[in-house]
Amino acid sequence: MKSTYREAVRAALRDAMRRDERVFLMGEDVGRYGGGFAVSLGLLEEFGPERVRDTPLSESGFVGAGIGAALGGMRPVVEIMTVNFSLLALDQIVNNAATLLHMSGGQFNVPLVIRMTTGAGRQLGAQHSHSLEGWYAHIPGLRILTPATLADARGMLWTALEDPDPVLIFEHGSLYNVAGELEDDAGPVELDKAAVLRPGTDVTLITYGGTLAAVLDAADQLAGEGIDAEVIDLRVLRPLDDGTILGSVGRTHRAVVVDEGWRSGSISAEIAARIGEHAFFDLDAPVERVCSEEVPVPYAKHMELAALPSAERVVAAARRAVGARG
Amino acid sequence: MSPLLDTALPDPAHSRHLLQQMLRVRRLEEKCVELYSAARIRGFLHVYIGEEAVAAGVIETLAAEDAVVATYREHGHALLRGVSAGAILAEMYGRAEGCCRGRGGSMHLFDATTRFYGGNAIVAGGLPLAVGLALADKMAGRRRVTACFFGEGAVAEGEFHESLNLAALWQLPVLFCCENNLYAMGTALARSESQTDMALKAAAYEIPAWSVDGMDVLAVEEASRRAVDGVRSGGGPHFLELRTYRFRAHSMFDPELYREKSEVAQWMERDPIRLLQAAMETAGQLPEEQWAALQADVDAEITDAVAFAEAGTLEPVEDLTRFVTSQPGSELTSRAASDHNRARSAEGRAG
Ligand SMILES: Cc1ncc(C[n+]2csc(CCOP(=O)(O)OP(=O)(O)O)c2C)c(N)n1
Repeated sequence: MKSTYREAVRAALRDAMRRDERVFLMGEDVGRYGGGFAVSLGLLEEFGPERVRDTPLSESGFVGAGIGAALGGMRPVVEIMTVNFSLLALDQIVNNAATLLHMSGGQFNVPLVIRMTTGAGRQLGAQHSHSLEGWYAHIPGLRILTPATLADARGMLWTALEDPDPVLIFEHGSLYNVAGELEDDAGPVELDKAAVLRPGTDVTLITYGGTLAAVLDAADQLAGEGIDAEVIDLRVLRPLDDGTILGSVGRTHRAVVVDEGWRSGSISAEIAARIGEHAFFDLDAPVERVCSEEVPVPYAKHMELAALPSAERVVAAARRAVGARG
Repeated sequence: MSPLLDTALPDPAHSRHLLQQMLRVRRLEEKCVELYSAARIRGFLHVYIGEEAVAAGVIETLAAEDAVVATYREHGHALLRGVSAGAILAEMYGRAEGCCRGRGGSMHLFDATTRFYGGNAIVAGGLPLAVGLALADKMAGRRRVTACFFGEGAVAEGEFHESLNLAALWQLPVLFCCENNLYAMGTALARSESQTDMALKAAAYEIPAWSVDGMDVLAVEEASRRAVDGVRSGGGPHFLELRTYRFRAHSMFDPELYREKSEVAQWMERDPIRLLQAAMETAGQLPEEQWAALQADVDAEITDAVAFAEAGTLEPVEDLTRFVTSQPGSELTSRAASDHNRARSAEGRAG
């Protein structure tokens, strides 16, 4: 079946609301407007304003209300328009959602799902373009998902809703219009493993979310040069699937980590550190990283492109890794 | 400030009950201060001494199925909600027998069985939670009330306004209880708010609101009963401003440079426990031996609680990372689903 990423997320929401009447969607403009990114278009008509709930501009208020509703036995899906605005709700996410279970000595689960867009590439300027999922991956108590494929866009939500703990799903804004084939019986997917999307023997390219397409493109280019790259889609940034990463590096002996976040203190730093800690003697070259330039994302197209990871930069990094013979 | 209560006394048994509830909080916290000074308990400690009438009056009007959300000054709310003094003290001792297995401490008391949802150390952080708990009740068709306690300092936070707006907009069953003790740490209300009438703020959100003498437990109880009835009968959120005062410093670290001793002394003349006690004595409701027995009961409870906490065990360090995420096979999902469905079918609107 043909589907866009947007339709896949919508199908996941519809499916979840049909499966479990405790599930409801809440956020700014999710109802009458159809969703800031048109993800929830049509759901209000199908499920009504109780379950497709428009909120005022109150990120902290409605995210906190989602936490409370989860404590109260509901299964809220809270949409925050972009990760940039989630900073207004950081207190609720970090100090309440992520900590209540532990602080209460295991008494209070927060079975909440928060969806938000992330990432740059659409010339929206700094305050709509940041990739902060790596920050959230720093927080114990949260599960961080980054669906990069149609199957994951369709399948991660239900599994997330079954998790008794808070789950944050980051949808890269440039993915919504991506179209492709989705299995007719596509449904829930597991959330524990990274995926090896393309096997290879010479270098491991590790990425997630919005940069996956550029990395696959880079792998094609590298193949033309006789470099056989393995591509890993992390899928889950917390908890990281060390096994898949280290297993791959053990075979290829070289790694390039591609992350749209800023380099300093990023998830790519964490991954490089883990490879250094656990696979040091497998490495034939230093771990390479391709990240965003450490600037607020600029508006001008050429500047924005220059700030972001690209297939070219991934190819260059992979060449360096392969060229550095150990 | 009159040293007498304006409100008529209820029957003697009920007056005695309220007196005892306030005294339980007072003695528990006096013990906390003592234990803190002896370094038996650590961390931040905020006591409620002087404000007991607020928790006692409001919680008295709640039903078992209702929920309570409170702040870091919540020992009294937890106790009156039904968490045992032993479980509270053991928590402050950092013991496995504490109500949060020692992971919460003084500022983070929680208890699922009494629906006590904290214990929040972020000023105003509990308000959105209360809104959400109430939203869940409304969506599931349950007639439960969520009472949310917070200080007047929280009123300056955006979350206060976001929460009142949401609760009023969606007509949610929340009772907002603003414990106005006039100071947010050292900041006097008049130095932080342009409008110092809290009920007026609530009124701006179309929420029925009253200001109440928070030193008069009977007045608090009466106002709270009215408000809880309003909430429970589908009238949407209600708001109480409870005018009270804390007799002690903000926390054990506070040198209290911001207020005059004479001001504190003046308020202490309106000690909520002494006010009720005096009114009962005047009305012949508190024979000497009953007062003595009541105090002995409370003292015994606290002595037992300290013994329980002292005898507590330490959670094994190997369990450090427990409860960061749920254990595999958690029953939560299915349990909550059946609660939800039960509630909905009880309301005759299942499906
Ligand atoms: C968001 C936030 N900002 C600041 C603090 C530090 N702080 C702790 S208690 C407090 C005063 C709060 O006063 P109020 O809400 O009136 O409650 P009270 O202590 O009087 O009961 C402050 C500023 C905090 N805990 N959380």
